[in-house]
Amino acid sequence: MDQVERRSLSVLVDNEAGVLSQVSRMFSRKGYNIESLAVGTTDDPKVSRITIEVLADEKHTNLLCNQLRKLLPVHSVKLLNPNNSIRRELILVKVNADSSEACNRVIQIANIFRASVIDVSTTTLTLAMIGEESKAEAIVNLVKEFGILELVRTGMVALERGTDTIYEATKEKGEFDYGKNVL
Amino acid sequence: MQMTGAKILMECLLEQGVDTVFGYPGGTILNVYDELYNYEGKIRHILTAHEQGASHAADGYARSTGKVGVCFATSGPGCTNLVTGIATAYMDSSPVVFVTCNVTENLIGKDSFQEVDITGITMPITKCNYIVRDVNQLADIVREAFAIARGGRPGPVLIDIVKNVTAETAEYTPLSREEHASQGRLGALVKRASHDLKMPEPDLGDVEILADMIRKSSKPLLICGGGVVRGRADQEFNVFAERIDSPVAITVMGAGGFRGRNPLTTGMIGMHGSQASNMAVDACDLLIAVGCRFSDRVALDPKTFASQAKVVQIDIDRSEINKNVETDHHIIGDAKRVLQLLLERLDQQHHEEWKQYVFSFKTETEYDEAGNTLTPKQISDVIARLCPQDTMVATDVGQHQMWVAQHFHYDYPGQLLTSGGFGTMGFGLGAAIGAQVGNPDKTVIHITGDGSFRMNCNELATESYYNLPIITFIYNNQVLGMVRQWQHLIYHEHYSQTTLDRAPDFVKLAEAYGLGGKRVCTVPELEEAVREALACGHGYVIDCAIDMDEMVRPMVPGGGRITNFLVD
Repeated sequence: MDQVERRSLSVLVDNEAGVLSQVSRMFSRKGYNIESLAVGTTDDPKVSRITIEVLADEKHTNLLCNQLRKLLPVHSVKLLNPNNSIRRELILVKVNADSSEACNRVIQIANIFRASVIDVSTTTLTLAMIGEESKAEAIVNLVKEFGILELVRTGMVALERGTDTIYEATKEKGEFDYGKNVL
Repeated sequence: MQMTGAKILMECLLEQGVDTVFGYPGGTILNVYDELYNYEGKIRHILTAHEQGASHAADGYARSTGKVGVCFATSGPGCTNLVTGIATAYMDSSPVVFVTCNVTENLIGKDSFQEVDITGITMPITKCNYIVRDVNQLADIVREAFAIARGGRPGPVLIDIVKNVTAETAEYTPLSREEHASQGRLGALVKRASHDLKMPEPDLGDVEILADMIRKSSKPLLICGGGVVRGRADQEFNVFAERIDSPVAITVMGAGGFRGRNPLTTGMIGMHGSQASNMAVDACDLLIAVGCRFSDRVALDPKTFASQAKVVQIDIDRSEINKNVETDHHIIGDAKRVLQLLLERLDQQHHEEWKQYVFSFKTETEYDEAGNTLTPKQISDVIARLCPQDTMVATDVGQHQMWVAQHFHYDYPGQLLTSGGFGTMGFGLGAAIGAQVGNPDKTVIHITGDGSFRMNCNELATESYYNLPIITFIYNNQVLGMVRQWQHLIYHEHYSQTTLDRAPDFVKLAEAYGLGGKRVCTVPELEEAVREALACGHGYVIDCAIDMDEMVRPMVPGGGRITNFLVD
């Protein structure tokens, strides 16, 4: 079990200045590089959800989660089960396409991967694609020969499948809230 | 009522019952000090020699009184001088609210004079911190800050107020402390964590499980940690230990949580723990740690620590569970409440055989007959004999700190003030000042080494000005003793930069600050000096000559098995 793997954490936090830096600091402090990070508000504009991916073993991931849960602006932290969660990220890639042949081939590749062409110039094409690492890697490898001018990823976002949510009131969550008691 | 930010701050301090503030003024905090001027008689300000001294004093005040300490400082160097003090409070879970002021809003981010991002700097060493840019939020933030500092696991909180906010006005509505949790930001925080307006209860199922484990155990051991002291759970802990008839090992931070004279105590645990404590850890079948995070100075090697025992942690902070040592069970809750619940469920237990085994080992270090100089033990004995039994002791860090933790018997929480977690040399004098200010009727002594004392002895000015009758005992061995001890035992006697044969003459220094002072080399001289110091009614420095080769015994090297004594 204790293998170094890529693990996804969902973190619910107050949507306030400085909170992201508090959360991300915890990773650098413990010597973990953040592989991927995505932040945005939830259906409640006062609450943001951070999805963080990190390469770590289970024991250290749990320690990290516990240190995060201790922070006052952190509402809850969930380590997502990789077998029971969906992960997606958006990738934008600007490719060299200075001949009509190159242009056609890039568009063909895009179609196969269900990527969309979102910008065209006389010498470039920009593709947008949603997926997981394997799909991203595949398309990036294919368009490499045309020359990649720029590539950007949003960072992975993830949700659990089915009825499971981060809002479940577990005993463990109650235990962490005890330490945050302010009375 | 419309008020300036500075006045709102004062009113909010009064709401919290604050009557004492430690600090040092400066440019950006001028408005606050101008308002403080009008609050003379309601809020007493203790002006220290240096902001670090103020931070330790507020910390010492908090530890010794159980109230929240308050410390003011200005922007830039004023607040960076607090950093060591904040970290010290954080590591030992001491509730202190630090109020700093930053440059005016339009100067922020421009590298202005005395500007620094103090909330960024202190993020990892505060429970939380705030930058106040809107005067309308000030009262709300101050109320939340105090609640957070003292609530749950206590700790330091920093409020950085930009200067213009202290001058701007807002509507201030007085609010009694009982109402804070139902209003404003604090109300939202409380609601989010779905608490009622009372302390949450520990899980009764978890309590039952532990009660059952205790009934089945024949070789239990209790560890009294800092949580017992912070939670003022000493009474419950004493009854509990006697009820389950278990030996009790005490950590440095736990001193005073369990009566040092109780026959169940095995003394200190860990790197400089007693034979009895450390052997008991190794042999027990149930280890119950109350408010103890198994730091590396206590557990040493987490893998071999209590390897034959079921380990149970009782802590208010869930993130401490399984952090350093893997546990078999835990209960989350306030130490006082958890122990009450356990007591309701447990009958008197008896463990004669086990106690006989544990107490066949020494609970205190035995020392050789003294030679020509004073020994640390002799000094401790004279202090214990001549000073009142409830004397508060503030220490610095190093050999003297360990001797003080080992030699004295502490009776109540807050009696020993020491930087256990962060190990801050220079903590002691500030802490003693805070303790004496908060406990004017108690005898407060400050025990230090020549290395530690040299770091922050400037606070003698504060001690002298406010006429605080603190007695400083310098265990003066002319070396940086603890580091030298390691160099002696582990670094082939390479005494690299640990010889401190240098100025000042501490007696003359004390006199320069208007205090009494005496250098002593024998027990009768020491006794005379202590009597004089106790009678004189003002601060006094006793410079005690000890041998540079004195060691703290026993000692287990860091990371080793807890019974692997390098020195007996």
